[in-house]
Amino acid sequence: MSEGATAAHDVLLVGGGAAGLRAAIAIAETNPSLSVAVVSKVYPMRSHTVSAEGGAAGAIAEGDTLDEHAYDTISGSDWLCDQDAVEAFVQEAPRELLQLEHWGCPWSREPDGRIAVRAFGGMKNMRTWFAADKTGFHMLHSLFQTSLKYTDITRYDEWFVTRLLVDDGRVHGVVAIELMSGRIEVITAKSVVLCNGGSGKVFPFTTNANICTGDGMALAYRAGAPLKDMEFVQYHPTGLPFTGILITEATRAEGGWLLNKDGYRYLQDYDLGKPEPTPVLRSMELGPRDRLSQAFVHEVEKGRTIESPYGPIVHLDLRHLGAKLIDTKLPMVRELCMQYERIDPVTELIPVRPVVHYMMGGVHTDINGATPIDGLFAAGETACVTINGANRLGSNSLPECLVFGARAGRAAAEYATSAKQPSPAVMRQADDEVRRLEQMRSPDRGHEQIADIREEMQSTMEDSAGIFRSGDSLAKGVDQLAELQQRLDRIQLYDQTSAFNTELVAALELANMLDIAETILHSAVQREESRGAHQRTDFTTRDDTRFLNHALAYRDSDGSVRIERLPVTITRWPPGERVYGR
Amino acid sequence: MADSIRMQVTRYTPGPDSVPTVAEYDVPLRKDWAVLDGLNYIKDHVDSSLSYRWSCRMGICGSCGMNVEGEPKLTCATFLTDYAPGPVRVEPLSNFPIVRDLVVDIEDFMEKLPRVKPWIIRDDDVTVIDGEYLQTPEELAEYKQFSNCINCMLCYAACPIYGLEPDFIGPAAIALAERYDLDSRDRGQRERLDVLIEKEGVWGCTFVGECTTVCPKHVDPAGAIQRYKLKAAKENLMTFLLPRAAR
Ligand SMILES: Cc1cc2nc3c(=O)[nH]c(=O)nc-3n(C[C@H](O)[C@H](O)[C@H](O)COP(=O)(O)OP(=O)(O)OC[C@H]3O[C@@H](n4cnc5c(N)ncnc54)[C@H](O)[C@@H]3O)c2cc1C
Ligand code: SF4
Ligand code: FES
Repeated sequence: MSEGATAAHDVLLVGGGAAGLRAAIAIAETNPSLSVAVVSKVYPMRSHTVSAEGGAAGAIAEGDTLDEHAYDTISGSDWLCDQDAVEAFVQEAPRELLQLEHWGCPWSREPDGRIAVRAFGGMKNMRTWFAADKTGFHMLHSLFQTSLKYTDITRYDEWFVTRLLVDDGRVHGVVAIELMSGRIEVITAKSVVLCNGGSGKVFPFTTNANICTGDGMALAYRAGAPLKDMEFVQYHPTGLPFTGILITEATRAEGGWLLNKDGYRYLQDYDLGKPEPTPVLRSMELGPRDRLSQAFVHEVEKGRTIESPYGPIVHLDLRHLGAKLIDTKLPMVRELCMQYERIDPVTELIPVRPVVHYMMGGVHTDINGATPIDGLFAAGETACVTINGANRLGSNSLPECLVFGARAGRAAAEYATSAKQPSPAVMRQADDEVRRLEQMRSPDRGHEQIADIREEMQSTMEDSAGIFRSGDSLAKGVDQLAELQQRLDRIQLYDQTSAFNTELVAALELANMLDIAETILHSAVQREESRGAHQRTDFTTRDDTRFLNHALAYRDSDGSVRIERLPVTITRWPPGERVYGR
Repeated sequence: MADSIRMQVTRYTPGPDSVPTVAEYDVPLRKDWAVLDGLNYIKDHVDSSLSYRWSCRMGICGSCGMNVEGEPKLTCATFLTDYAPGPVRVEPLSNFPIVRDLVVDIEDFMEKLPRVKPWIIRDDDVTVIDGEYLQTPEELAEYKQFSNCINCMLCYAACPIYGLEPDFIGPAAIALAERYDLDSRDRGQRERLDVLIEKEGVWGCTFVGECTTVCPKHVDPAGAIQRYKLKAAKENLMTFLLPRAAR
């Protein structure tokens, strides 16, 4: 291994989803002389961005303003976002979405040919751009296909990054497994941008794809960068039972209702407004996700939900929207219901329950995507800038990937232009990593199974850090995770083959998830208040005196989690009450 | 309903003399289990070395294509109960080299994709400052169907021509070329036609139509090929009648 790296680049993007591809194109366009590469554990067009349905927010409609988009985002975040980041975000989002239009994204249109926008949860005006209900799919394929035009972008498709090479406070590249051959390779780079997506798979019931294992967060965390606001996990109120497949918020934006077992629009009982026949913005079914998911739990407690083989559910009613609207604006919803639930939403009620959907937290970055490690940047769901604070608004995440993907790409390019060549000292680290990977596959490590530990981790997370948490539930979870960490060292891998060894990948992903799970619980223990998606039954109100600040989770040398606090940036919107439906 | 079903799964590890074999596993038969859930059950509870690709589990990422009872399918959108009482045979997609178990090598497609220039081509300098290109819902409807391809490769696995003539650029790539040609924002028809008019382009196809039958996203690649052949035929005629400069 020590002979040298497999390849050397100026900028290396880890991840080929919306954030990674946007960053790659930004660099190819602004600094064509730099050598840019994208490494991704799946072919880029398979990245999880592909699953996004509802849309992408950017204020362009007549009567809408950037300030209103900013205010909705800030109040939606329960004032935990950084307002300088939000201001940059709302300002650049429309331009980024237009850029995608120029790159061929098939946005849905008004009759006169202009971009159409739809309502979305927590948004006061219609500002969500959409491509029917396959927005993420179309955005990702448009980005990927456009990226093919830039033949200088090198791609390492189906390469799994296992480690960041960091020496003297600066990143120098990565170690990765080429899955096809199983070879372990070193790619050096002057700057690295982590765009690895989210980590929903830490929980048992999630809309997230199998690949959402938080690898980027774990890579940064182990390399010494802090993870920010990890306690904030978004539950989306409407997932299909069993599969966890998302039924997009756009169903409610188009006029869908949430009904309990009595056919009653129960959200009216939770300070979210009055039931009107047609959708009212920032009200009832168009309230924010944290509040809607919490209302579901209260309905369960009141015995007003419906029992199903997969636990309690409520109903999403689209019947009054009619086949025509459903087929033009929500075709995928109909397709998914027919395929996975064998029901037709045109005539039947859709069973739904809250489902883990999005990580507000992630790798701590500044507003240009820079982490505290020199040359290391992050963007997209893996990063935490943060525009999402304690609760992300639906349709803010796709434009976040574009805005901060582009920013991080440009900043990483600039860094690479002036940085020195990677230090040869990191090759020793690469050797260590090779040894670690080989050791993982050595026989007689123990008898633990990947699937067992994964399932236990997932149920631990649901029990201890679900929609409602308490000091006790979290403390118990912390102990259980510590035990699982020990069992992880005794996992036995059976697959001794090199080619496409998915067992090894699963073991590495599990290790990543366990680290992330620990940061979630430790951050949650220390936040003794209720804010946004973090609801403590033992501290039921928001406490701005003690907790109007971010949690930064660092990994200590003994593997334990250390939490530090960082003030929130407030520019123009002092903390206030979150008001919906009034 | 019986409570289990037998899955017959292709196993293959590359090596000098290795050939694919079939292993049998009994998995629970549940109403809402997709074929992929059966494979996950095997991997989690019976044999953790089984290798296959999957990600979204909602029929949109295009990773999980395999031959199920001989037909190319998305295994996350194909249900075990449809094959009860079994057994159900799960094999790697045909027409591609096998890498490992159910994983095939699709590099050939990845290399062909850029050849059809699947991006907006224009010769003016309009920038985002100038706002969006107007496109009416009717103009959008013109190409929308062809934009729904998830690159799942089921059509390549079903295409007898691709099986015999690997140079054939293939159904999904042609559908994508047509998607951009039909986009009112695009001016790249000419450049794409130059690629598709070649022998490996549309002329390879003899209208078997299997691609459209197996496509899980109703993209109708056969329809795209049909349209391209007309364009190409017209172009050939023009070449014959007019000197290049006059075209
Ligand atoms: C079902 C669903 C619907 C959604 N709908 C919406 C919506 O309507 N609007 C909205 O704004 N947001 C939505 N979201 C959220 C949004 O889609 C995601 O936050 C966003 O797409 C994340 O993009 P990304 O580029 O950060 O990561 P991803 O698209 O997840 O890409 C991650 C990339 O990192 C790579 N990678 C990861 N780990 C490694 C590794 N170890 N080595 C190499 N490569 C690696 C992967 O291969 C992949 O290419 C939705 C999310 C879900 C789950
Ligand atoms: S055309 Fe259909 S079958 Fe072929 S790759 Fe695309 S989605 Fe799959
Ligand atoms: S797993 Fe994504 S299409 Fe089947």
